[in-house]
Amino acid sequence: MAELKPAERMKIKRHEMPNQDHVLRRGNFEEVALGYSLETAKTEAERCLQCKDPKCVQGCPVGVLIPQFIKALREGDMVKAVEWMKVKNNLPAICGRVCPQEVQCEGNCILGKKGEPVAIGRLERYVGDFELSQRTCPLVKAPKTGKKIAVVGSGPAGITCAVDLGREGHDVTIFESLHGPGGVLVYGIPEFRLPKSVVHGEIGYAADCLGIDIKTDHVIGRSFTLDELLDDYDAVFLGTGAGLPSFMRIPGINLNGVMSANEFLTRVNLMKAYQFPEYDTPVKLGKKVAVIGAGNVAMDSVRCSARLQSLQAKKTGDVPGEAHIVYRRSKDEVPARQEEVHHAAEEGVIFNFLTNPIEILGDEKGNVRALRCVRMELGEPDASGRRKPVEIKGSEFDMEMDTVIMALGTNPNPIVFVDAAGLERTKYGTAVADNDSGRTKKKRVWAGGDVVTGAATVISAMGAGKRAAADIGKFLKGEVSWD
Amino acid sequence: MENVSGKIIFLMKLWETPLFCSLFSYGYIKIIYNFGTLQTEIHAAYKEEVPVYKILKKEVLSDVVKLMDIDAPHVARKARAGQFVIVRIDEFGERIPLTIADYDRDKGTITIIFQELGKSTMHLGRLNPGDALASFAGPLGHPTEIENFGMVVCMGGGVGIAPIYPITRALKEAGNRVISIIGARTKDLIFWEDRMRAVSDELIVCTDDGSHGRKALVTEPLKEILGDKDNKVARVWAIGPAIMMKFVTLTTKPFNVPTVVSLNTIMIDGTGMCGGCRVLLEDGAQFVCVDGPEFDGHKVNWESLLSRLSFYRDEEKKAVEHWEHKCRLDGTLVKGRE
Repeated sequence: MAELKPAERMKIKRHEMPNQDHVLRRGNFEEVALGYSLETAKTEAERCLQCKDPKCVQGCPVGVLIPQFIKALREGDMVKAVEWMKVKNNLPAICGRVCPQEVQCEGNCILGKKGEPVAIGRLERYVGDFELSQRTCPLVKAPKTGKKIAVVGSGPAGITCAVDLGREGHDVTIFESLHGPGGVLVYGIPEFRLPKSVVHGEIGYAADCLGIDIKTDHVIGRSFTLDELLDDYDAVFLGTGAGLPSFMRIPGINLNGVMSANEFLTRVNLMKAYQFPEYDTPVKLGKKVAVIGAGNVAMDSVRCSARLQSLQAKKTGDVPGEAHIVYRRSKDEVPARQEEVHHAAEEGVIFNFLTNPIEILGDEKGNVRALRCVRMELGEPDASGRRKPVEIKGSEFDMEMDTVIMALGTNPNPIVFVDAAGLERTKYGTAVADNDSGRTKKKRVWAGGDVVTGAATVISAMGAGKRAAADIGKFLKGEVSWD
Repeated sequence: MENVSGKIIFLMKLWETPLFCSLFSYGYIKIIYNFGTLQTEIHAAYKEEVPVYKILKKEVLSDVVKLMDIDAPHVARKARAGQFVIVRIDEFGERIPLTIADYDRDKGTITIIFQELGKSTMHLGRLNPGDALASFAGPLGHPTEIENFGMVVCMGGGVGIAPIYPITRALKEAGNRVISIIGARTKDLIFWEDRMRAVSDELIVCTDDGSHGRKALVTEPLKEILGDKDNKVARVWAIGPAIMMKFVTLTTKPFNVPTVVSLNTIMIDGTGMCGGCRVLLEDGAQFVCVDGPEFDGHKVNWESLLSRLSFYRDEEKKAVEHWEHKCRLDGTLVKGRE
């Protein structure tokens, strides 16, 4: 294509993401967003104005060189596009799928002021998928430094940190408590949003290129303590995430059929319960499922529920059950990505806004029978700036349910803090660490991601892993001291 | 679009075939899309999982109770009495908690003893030295609090004899006077009698049917011991089926003797992540995996525990049926199990 003028670029409309049909997809766990074709990707890339002062880059927690990779992409030089991408982002196929672009790069895009921003996330995914299948740009390890680094946790923060340090020539060992790497990317985010093959592809490739040793089934705090790691390694990075589920303090939480979103998603995603009995782990889901909460984890849970109900119905010939979201605030306060809410609605999820559960009722066998709720209305804005939901007196009512899934946020797992004297924690259980460097209060220990911030996003964890890796690198080279 | 829908329907049909399920799950093939002009195929750099935790020794303690030594130095180096491990047999396996029956730090081995109850334990029982397990994580949970309490009673019911052994040994080594009571439904299910005798000042053996030792439930001799004014029992440990532990706590309650039970609930990760193992105590819910597995038995809500334990019973049955069917097709079903 001949070089376009800015006005011509701005005339091109943003390209929709082709999605799997919503009726079909409710009956499978295949990926929903199908990805751009080369043609579409190149035309979408033509929309980029190549700003001199690119605002999109400022909106990215890891500072991906967005104009550069988009330029290479539209010129058809995929290898170059991958190279530009990998300067800052080692896991583009993952980020392109799960980042909240609307509040990051795309939220800052100048085109978004008057029309629609460049679909940066979808282009990133395109480049990432190209690299996943073609392998044009192996990660190169610098000459060995002889320094040893232990990374605890193989989720987004840990992997990013490990890869950056591996590229610098350090010897990196990752300790993972579960049986495979990926952390929340494999136990939390469902297959239809982020296929396991993408996660394993990205991580496996990076580890192979850089000689990173991933030790699974190693629970730090139990098999080895942090202090023991410090004896053997020059630096330790904690990216243990926030895996401890919260339960509502209401009567009935111990009834059969009540589970945390973590339990439900771990069964379904990590253990592949949707393929039971081919896989050993089952998941028991009723005909009426209530997911409490409206964040991304709630959306993942409710969409998994809808799929399981469809698969179940296909077997029995019944009508599929109902999957509900129960949320105490209104539609406008929903914290999940807009796309997830939209997809959930398409898939037949029923939203109950301004509805607050106060009790879970059981039958004589101890199984869930109903969810007792009250109606809410919005009052004055609270500390978070959102209008506070207030109970409407006398509005109690029961919703018939047989499964209740709590998706109310998570806290850091305390096991890693065993025998880790000097590692300070906040009252919320998170590790105290400097935002820029990731340094904790314990010498030679860095931390980043959800273990520091509490439950947040994949990309913010990656950003923290990246910043910590930079500081660890400088510290190990002796460019900066600890004190 | 039509083209794509057609492919999806085709994939869905494929999906229902076991071959596709297994290939798909291994990550061998994964055609993400075939859309427009570019055909993108993602080959996951995901390798077939190679089980690494070798089974070094196997002992058949009874028809349904087996012992195995597993090569797992990362667990053995820290293992203590009262803790547990999470075991996963293979790629398709579930994560099951098993209590540590013994450990050898020098050899780097962990001894597990299990009763074949569901699909996973039956499958495990079929493995032999030379085979290996896909996952072996631990040691998990808090170790038993060991000190010289004076006089203690250690009780093991059925396969619970295995985990009570290292606790009994540690209590004996700490200077306690130890009375042990082990019991099972019938003679064949009793094991490690000699080992238990060696670490106890007194050992009482019971069977429900009287085929060995005393014909009684373990709670009977316990009640006699507690009722004897000459005995000052400081603490009781009980490990076994939930129903046995419940009745032990009911027996000790009137005597006000602190009673420690070790709970074996449904777990997924075993590290505090899922909350599936939560147990209702007098003062709220706790997680067996990180807060336990040992609890003050007098505080446990046994009705809730027993009900939660039975929640997945239908699925457990289905898993066994599916597995036995598969074994029959493979011709690997051992005689005596049909």
